[in-house]
Amino acid sequence: MSEHIVSPKVYIVIFASLMLGTGLTVWAAFQNFHQYNIVIALGIATIKATLVVLYFMHARYSPGRTQLVIVCSIFWLAIMLALTLADYDTRPHDITLAAPQVFYCV
Amino acid sequence: MSNTPLTPDLELPDEHYLNATYGSGIRSWLLTTDHKRIALLYLASVTVFFFIGGVLATMIRIHLLTPGGALVTPETYNKLFTMHGVAMIFFFLIPSIPAVFGNFLIPLMIGAKDLAFPKINLLSWYIYLIGGGFVLYSFSTGGLDTGWTFYTPLSSVYSNSAVTPAVIGIFINGFSSILTGLNFIVTIHTMRAPGMTWFRLPLFAWAHYATSLVMILGTPVVAITLLLAGLERMFHLGFFNPALGGDPILFQHLFWFYSHPAVYIMILPAMGVVSEIIPTFARKPIFGYSFIAGSSIAIAVIGFLVWAHHMFVTGESTYAALTFSFLSYLVAIPSAVKVFNWTSTLYKGSISWDPPMVYALGFIGLFVIGGLTGLFLACLGLDIHIHDTYFVVAHFHYIMVGGAVMGYVGGLHFWWPKITGRLYPKSLSQFAAIILFVGFNLTFFPQFILGYLGMPRRYHTYPPEFQVLNVLSTAGASILALGYLLPMSYLIWSMRYGKVAGPNPWPATGLEWKTDSPPLTENFHVTPEVTWEPYDFQNRPDLGLAAGARPLAPAHGDD
Repeated sequence: MSEHIVSPKVYIVIFASLMLGTGLTVWAAFQNFHQYNIVIALGIATIKATLVVLYFMHARYSPGRTQLVIVCSIFWLAIMLALTLADYDTRPHDITLAAPQVFYCV
Repeated sequence: MSNTPLTPDLELPDEHYLNATYGSGIRSWLLTTDHKRIALLYLASVTVFFFIGGVLATMIRIHLLTPGGALVTPETYNKLFTMHGVAMIFFFLIPSIPAVFGNFLIPLMIGAKDLAFPKINLLSWYIYLIGGGFVLYSFSTGGLDTGWTFYTPLSSVYSNSAVTPAVIGIFINGFSSILTGLNFIVTIHTMRAPGMTWFRLPLFAWAHYATSLVMILGTPVVAITLLLAGLERMFHLGFFNPALGGDPILFQHLFWFYSHPAVYIMILPAMGVVSEIIPTFARKPIFGYSFIAGSSIAIAVIGFLVWAHHMFVTGESTYAALTFSFLSYLVAIPSAVKVFNWTSTLYKGSISWDPPMVYALGFIGLFVIGGLTGLFLACLGLDIHIHDTYFVVAHFHYIMVGGAVMGYVGGLHFWWPKITGRLYPKSLSQFAAIILFVGFNLTFFPQFILGYLGMPRRYHTYPPEFQVLNVLSTAGASILALGYLLPMSYLIWSMRYGKVAGPNPWPATGLEWKTDSPPLTENFHVTPEVTWEPYDFQNRPDLGLAAGARPLAPAHGDD
């Protein structure tokens, strides 16, 4: 199989996008989006990682079997995150340590 | 070369991988890219770690001879069981069968000349050595006392032992495991001989394919997790320490996401070994080939979904605990499929009690006990009582030692004639297998009772009423040690004085038995073409088993 040649123009566009993403991350870090802070930071990071995998790591031009391996790896990551979060999200968060009841025999 | 019936006057082939003349002396070994030589380099390395772990285990058992502790201080005791676990799990059990037998056999079994990436294969051994070097540095500069699980914040904040080099060593060693798994997957996909279809692959190869999936998908997680614990320890970054905004339970989730599937890295290859031995010495095609192959993949996949059963008592949510308990029960199904298929293969088989078979039968018995007691631990209510007791210690030793090590030693006996070209004394090796079985059970069965009675693990002392069972366990450990030293002695002896084995001494049906013993550097004189189904004894006249064929010389004519 011959190696796919990616034009320098594509690399430059992707590099510029990554730099833009970095700038966005820095900007977002100084804003307060309340509960969305982490969502926005991880969202930008995920888009940047996807660009790196697709273009710099040539996943977009790779054979189907290689793409399957990447999808499976992401699926495994999803299993790890989903089942871990399943524990965190279903824990009782409002536990209060009540004083033990004492019964006196009269 | 074609297989021929054995004759008593066999000779070693003139040229084989052990005497091949590429380079000189030690250099030809340290720079080799031959998968068989790399396998032997691993054999020597894992044996060193096995002995280090074994010596530490011996010290633990001697210490526990008396209720107050007979040998070391409490602090040293903590270090003994930690170093025993680290040496045995990360540097013996995980690499043992894949790196030794997988490396040696997978190319031979699929009719290839080598693994897909021979240089990466050698690199993985050097990475193993570097990782092992860091860990030995940790052991020799005071040792570490966190338990092999490195739970935070003990490991990342409070322990004042040599945690950092050990964590770095295990992080580095992870890459060795990943590269080995990658090599196996690519090799099995791309380098099979003509006619070697997926469903003609030996079950050993299927087991290693499943193991490789676990290695590749799981190892990066534990490597990064331990690195994060190391960063927290060195630079006070808050990942797991609540005082720094971290979460200690997150460490346990990430650690067990790898470390539970790691149990399957240890046991799946041993199951592959047993799947080769059983049909060979029952002289029957294996029962339910496709189910055994599929169950290997099922164990690898479901094994990734059960990790938090190690965390039932950590404050895990009830819903998560129920889910993980159910999934843990589920993984017993493919394991049981294998056991039922092995025993069905034995049914009406022409069973011979050659040493590998004795080990394989021992494996089945011990694995069944280990597996069933795992179901006890997966039960939410019962686990609260026996969590962190000796019941757990006994359970996982039945899986890891009774299962994985029994499979490893059985495999060593099965393929030793292929590796060295020579046989070992039959009666002595059967005796050693029985010694190992008896010693193992005497060591670990009392620990089930101790755990049930409430003796916690990792304590350097215990109430006097537990002494009898502890003394029994220590007595068993000394018998077990003999069970390991005996094979080591006669296998080394056999390298020089053993009877020449010939290409296929058992005889067995795999492709690896159709070449010389020891094999050529290139494995086969001519690329083999596979025209038979796996484990088919009936349509293989070359095995010499058909009625009227020349009688086989006994494999072990020397005793």
